[in-house]
Amino acid sequence: MTRFIELLINGLSLGSVYALIALGFVVIFRATEVVNFAHASLLLLGGYVTAVLHADLGFVGALAVGVLAAAAVGALIELVLLRRAKAPRQVVAIATIGIDIVLMAELSRRLGTQVLSLGDPWREKVVTIGGITVAQTRIAALVVAAILIGLFLLAFKYTSWGVSMRAVAEDSETSALMGIRLGRISMSAWAVAGALAAVAAVFITAFPTPGLDRTSSIAALKAFPAAILGGLDSVTGALVGGLLIGVTEALVGGYQNDLTFLGRGLGDVAPYVVMIAILLVRPSGLFGTREVSRV
Amino acid sequence: MVNPPAVRDGTALSVRDLTVSYRAVRALHGVSLQVPRGEIVAVLGANGAGKTTLMRAISGVLRFHGGSVGSGQISCGETTLTKAAPHRIVASGVVQAPEGRRIFGRMSVEENLRVGGFHAPAEVRKRVFDLFPILGERRAQRASLLSGGEQQMLAMGRALMAQPKVLLLDEPTLGLAPKMAEHIANTVTEINRQGTSVLLVEQNAALALRLSNYAYVLDVGEVALEGASAELAASDEVRRRYLGVSEDATPVLAARRGITKWKG
Repeated sequence: MTRFIELLINGLSLGSVYALIALGFVVIFRATEVVNFAHASLLLLGGYVTAVLHADLGFVGALAVGVLAAAAVGALIELVLLRRAKAPRQVVAIATIGIDIVLMAELSRRLGTQVLSLGDPWREKVVTIGGITVAQTRIAALVVAAILIGLFLLAFKYTSWGVSMRAVAEDSETSALMGIRLGRISMSAWAVAGALAAVAAVFITAFPTPGLDRTSSIAALKAFPAAILGGLDSVTGALVGGLLIGVTEALVGGYQNDLTFLGRGLGDVAPYVVMIAILLVRPSGLFGTREVSRV
Repeated sequence: MVNPPAVRDGTALSVRDLTVSYRAVRALHGVSLQVPRGEIVAVLGANGAGKTTLMRAISGVLRFHGGSVGSGQISCGETTLTKAAPHRIVASGVVQAPEGRRIFGRMSVEENLRVGGFHAPAEVRKRVFDLFPILGERRAQRASLLSGGEQQMLAMGRALMAQPKVLLLDEPTLGLAPKMAEHIANTVTEINRQGTSVLLVEQNAALALRLSNYAYVLDVGEVALEGASAELAASDEVRRRYLGVSEDATPVLAARRGITKWKG
């Protein structure tokens, strides 16, 4: 039972980090109808900047710069691909794969074989409550993700930005008729998504993961099934999808010794199995309203 | 391009020699019209005459439909609106309630109004709720749950939130029951009486001519006819072509004849 609760907490924590990444995905898709395949490299970029700067600026300062860098690159992608090139949405989605490859290649070159620490203050410390042992980073991930998601939801519901965002997602032409500046909304969506990914990078690479290396973005890719199974255009979907994937991964990974007949590394595969199973039943995802036929 | 003549002092919105194409297809050709300050001007015409294209051109949203302004000038007072971004056109005081209402159905009535004017002062909101009390009563409701007439009110209220000098109305009574159409028509008159100039596109020519001071008739992308609304309403050609009446036939008979012709 103790093991189950530990796994569950770890899963929820992991899931809340996936939810942060998936949220960025959904925000971009709602505002611009583009599936951003460069999301994982934005995350790696944010993480890399934080890792390089934390010795000089301290963790918080470095993270702030990392968040800004990822947000700026996100906004730049929007500016170049959507605003300047005015390419059709499907073409932009494919172009983001190109951007992902370029960013990833450069970051891999810089990283080489290093494993960098992001300098987070929690390190390998654990907390033990009533026999349940959990890493502090996992608690921090849950708390930070919950706060950010909460702030996002409030902004989405009540601020002019959030209302504009929802209006544009529903009918961009009419939003323009009402005076909403589509370019600003679109660019802010990409920047917010980049910023969320950079924060997620901290918890993707923190203990018990050894640190940031070339493969960190693979972990970020699990937010793909999270966003897709939730429904690419649903904020609620991103949150539920993230948690579902996180918990699945943690539980299947934790109990894989009992599941050896299915082979090793099942925890990494499980998220995709869950995604496929859900899409078979609900093609537009759990909470989605549009089928993802644009990609 | 020839220098456009100076805009008359009393003109709220002016369109000069406007030519619009959707890629290779020309939709408007040399259209000129004026909306004098404080008046209601109607644009009549059959389906495909270019009425909605004219509205899109004025509001700057042609690009959503693959269209563009070839030549000509659109201006509001001293401000040139030709090819301007939609948000600039709204800021300069020209706001549209589009055809088919196009309300944000997944959002509440209140949120729809916010989109119309995020920084609208309280008295503007009050004016909208005074004009359309039903919107006040239903402000927390999802907009998709409103009736057709209420959705039209919301579309107009939303446009008014931006405090337009010129309100563009594209087919405000389309698909509404006669009683509701009448109510909307009265509201248009009231909005105008409170000082907003109106450019009204309508298929219901009788209604449009009754509401407006001046009217233009578009035919295949050109202004075929224009004049004071009362005169147009009395002219034989307009009566025959747009009001469905000939000299000796009642509207009902004319409509029947139309149906027979269509069948045959």
